[in-house]
Amino acid sequence: MGKVTTLEEIGGLFHDGMTIMVGGFMGTGAPDALVGILVERDIKDITLISSDTALMDTGVGPLVLGRRLKKVIASHIGTNPETGRQMLAGELAVELVPQGTLAERVRAGGAGLGGILTPTGTGTMVADNKQTLTIEGREYLVELPLRADVALLKAHKADKAGNLVYRNSARNFNPLMALAADLVIVQVDEIVETGELDPNIVVTPGVLIDKIICYKESE
Amino acid sequence: MDTKELIARRAAVELHDGDVVNLGIGLPTLIPNYLPAGINIILQSENGYIGLGPVQDTIIPDLVNAGGKPANILPGGSFFDSATSFALIRGGHVDVTILGGLEVDAHGNLANWMVPGKMVPGMGGAMDLVTGARKVIVAMEHTSKNGAPKIVSDCSLPLTARGAVAMIITELAVFRFTPQGLVLEELAPGIELETVTNKTGAAFTVSADLSPMRNIPSDEVLL
Repeated sequence: MGKVTTLEEIGGLFHDGMTIMVGGFMGTGAPDALVGILVERDIKDITLISSDTALMDTGVGPLVLGRRLKKVIASHIGTNPETGRQMLAGELAVELVPQGTLAERVRAGGAGLGGILTPTGTGTMVADNKQTLTIEGREYLVELPLRADVALLKAHKADKAGNLVYRNSARNFNPLMALAADLVIVQVDEIVETGELDPNIVVTPGVLIDKIICYKESE
Repeated sequence: MDTKELIARRAAVELHDGDVVNLGIGLPTLIPNYLPAGINIILQSENGYIGLGPVQDTIIPDLVNAGGKPANILPGGSFFDSATSFALIRGGHVDVTILGGLEVDAHGNLANWMVPGKMVPGMGGAMDLVTGARKVIVAMEHTSKNGAPKIVSDCSLPLTARGAVAMIITELAVFRFTPQGLVLEELAPGIELETVTNKTGAAFTVSADLSPMRNIPSDEVLL
């Protein structure tokens, strides 16, 4: 079964109320075309898991601006003022998570772990209502795994088997999210034949990827 | 010399050849400008690489710093995912982090991520950095814009981390946290002890070796 598909063909896979992970850091390494499909198809009440909410017009920014989100789980919302505005107006629930904790929660979700223990956030607001454990004299927060219905990823190249390589700092959360969702869709700059990517440089194994879409940014 | 340059020049003294360093946005990013020739540090960028360098004439696709701005990677650098990036930070593989602060208190607690009632940007990677870096230095102006002390007996703002700060560098003074508490170690040029006492909201002891603020002389600075 071929994994390579088109934006038109994946449009029907989304529905209101989904939990969706989106890769990227301030829009770099975010699958803009896949985010665009959510906007175009008018998907609403999304729970979004993402590093940040980018700028108003980059990465996941348009989902905020278009009021498609019910809840955001992210480490930073400051560069997209619309997120803060909707939060303060009571229109959008925001769960702020330290970025390293967010990465580990996603990793745990994809790795079959029941959670992780981290010292980050102990003694701060982040610890409110969380279980703590003391191990060898140091206090840790119990942080729970995160999974999603869909992960929308961006990679530089895929082969037709779904093996992915990333470019520069666009890797960020993408390889972690590839493990943590029921349906994994990747947007790439280029698709090559299976076997053309050196297995030594593949970062994300193709077995994790369900759908591949090649999308050339207009430059 | 303006306030920021004074603080950045003093902070540069704390960095040693080969240190892996993460610098917060704003003032801390000025610090590498004041490193002397022969001192090479390795900058970690929490969005996923080591070897952060200044942006070049041509913009490199998919390469940004932790502020989302175009950046460069130096020879010897490497890219990795966010879990590896924060494993480097949390696992004690970053020697020093230097970042700004809204408040630091007498217990070494830092508040620098939110002000209740104002727009909340989120902590980003700051909590992991302050918890995990081997040495945490706060480089900030001594008082807020309205003149209120930023070094206080107990932070009133939500904390970034507890008991994590090793050192505070301001345009007036340098303090170090010791098992005995906060110690004033250096005074900036022309600054009297009384001025520091008046503008500091926390109790501190004065080091027996109180000295003028250290600095890297201009003729040794690389740039």
